[in-house]
Amino acid sequence: MTVFGIRLPAMSSLILWGLLWEIVGRADVTFFVPPLSEVIVTLFSVIGTAPFLKALSETSYAFAVGVFSAVVIGIPVGILMGKNRLIDELLLPWVNMFLSAPLTALVPVLMVLFGFGMKSIIITTTLFAIWIIILNTRAGVLQINRSLVEMARCYGANPFQAFYKIYFWAALPEILGGVRIGVIRAVKGVIIGQLLISIVGFGALFELYANNFLMAHFWAVLVVLFALAFSVSELLAYLERRVSYYAAKR
Amino acid sequence: MVMPQIKEVVGPDDTPAADNAVVARGISKNYGDVEALKNLTLEFPRGQLTSLLGPSGCGKTTLLKIIAGLLEPSAGEIEVNGKPVTGPGPDRAFVFQDFALLPWANVLRNVSFALELRGVPKSEREAIAEKYIGDVGLAGFELKFPHQLSGGMRQRVGLARALSVDADVLLMDEPFSAVDEQTRRKFQEDLLGLVQNENKTFIFVTHSIEEAVYVSDQIAILLPRPSRVSEIIRPTGLRNKDVDNIRRDPEYLDIVDSIWASLRSYVE
Repeated sequence: MTVFGIRLPAMSSLILWGLLWEIVGRADVTFFVPPLSEVIVTLFSVIGTAPFLKALSETSYAFAVGVFSAVVIGIPVGILMGKNRLIDELLLPWVNMFLSAPLTALVPVLMVLFGFGMKSIIITTTLFAIWIIILNTRAGVLQINRSLVEMARCYGANPFQAFYKIYFWAALPEILGGVRIGVIRAVKGVIIGQLLISIVGFGALFELYANNFLMAHFWAVLVVLFALAFSVSELLAYLERRVSYYAAKR
Repeated sequence: MVMPQIKEVVGPDDTPAADNAVVARGISKNYGDVEALKNLTLEFPRGQLTSLLGPSGCGKTTLLKIIAGLLEPSAGEIEVNGKPVTGPGPDRAFVFQDFALLPWANVLRNVSFALELRGVPKSEREAIAEKYIGDVGLAGFELKFPHQLSGGMRQRVGLARALSVDADVLLMDEPFSAVDEQTRRKFQEDLLGLVQNENKTFIFVTHSIEEAVYVSDQIAILLPRPSRVSEIIRPTGLRNKDVDNIRRDPEYLDIVDSIWASLRSYVE
């Protein structure tokens, strides 16, 4: 964006919102919103502490394993649904249902099935991320140019080769789009899991700070979480742009 | 074997039959109630270029895909080198109307892709691909991607890929219809050279009468609904002529006119 002929770098609007936050905080409107400067000072004091690092490692572990399972299961399932009419008919209603279902309501069921530990948190994370990955992959496979598939068959590709040499790559722009949205949903999943299933990781920190009215601490952890989620999502958006040159020409 | 004298009588008749690289026998193809092809029989002599020519919807691409093994005929049989076709095979290579290149792979990988699928080691298949990239006049473009090439160059990549597998039969589905007129003329000239030098059998689908007469040893005219072969024309006199003179030749003009006369009533 350019203002008065000056090109502003991306996300300059954040400065404006940061200023507004600072003003509201200093005006003492509510104890709920401490000034941004205080939040940032707290952030740096918190960031090296043992509880924070423990929370970070617990959360990133659950997040990483959950997203990894969602990707590793979701992409092949999506490709199969795009390729095979029967599998598609069988699974599509469920995928659509879970995509829009309030998954938080399912968490107690997961606790009964898988216990109160890390396993349930990982499964919650996966459940938040996987459906959009499946749907996007399926959409990517459905719009593959038929003659690419015929070309592969013609030159003797076996189904496995067609799978990872044609379908995966041809659908890659959509797959990456799905993974990016899935990752954002997984952040929600991992925090909800940590709040509802067992109070560990960042979920535990949120709980602790909110119950003790440590609002600066609360916001500081939230800012860290936002920054992490944003970085992962931007990394995936970058990869998406790398393959977008062929998205229009398949 | 029981009656050796009969075998002797049959013998001379067998020789021209054995000269067909591809034979289509009684091919029918139905899509639900629609008869796309009905009891079509056609022979494709070895080392020659046969065009399938006809108005749109006459099933010429369907026939080509059945020969390729990509479609299953409802009835009838395709034989390639005397063996019945049950699916795609290494004896046939296909050139696609829309090129069918991998947009995420460069020219070198696209040309060597067929060999890659066959498990040829990387250095070996890239050496073969390099040779054919040079043959089709794309040397220096090995590391370019399809979206960086013109339509004509993309089809050269598709052609190089088809040549790289060294198949006996080259199936070409309107290969020049998506390139501009000048490029198409150059392609047609190059194709004549290819037929002469490569000793392969070409089956060429086109909707252009001029193109068919220009490049073919044999033209099969297909008429639609349901498709059958209505006529086979062999422009034999043209094949020994210089490429520059074919379009001025009276025989060329006569054949073009007579084909148009038989096709015009089928054009809406």
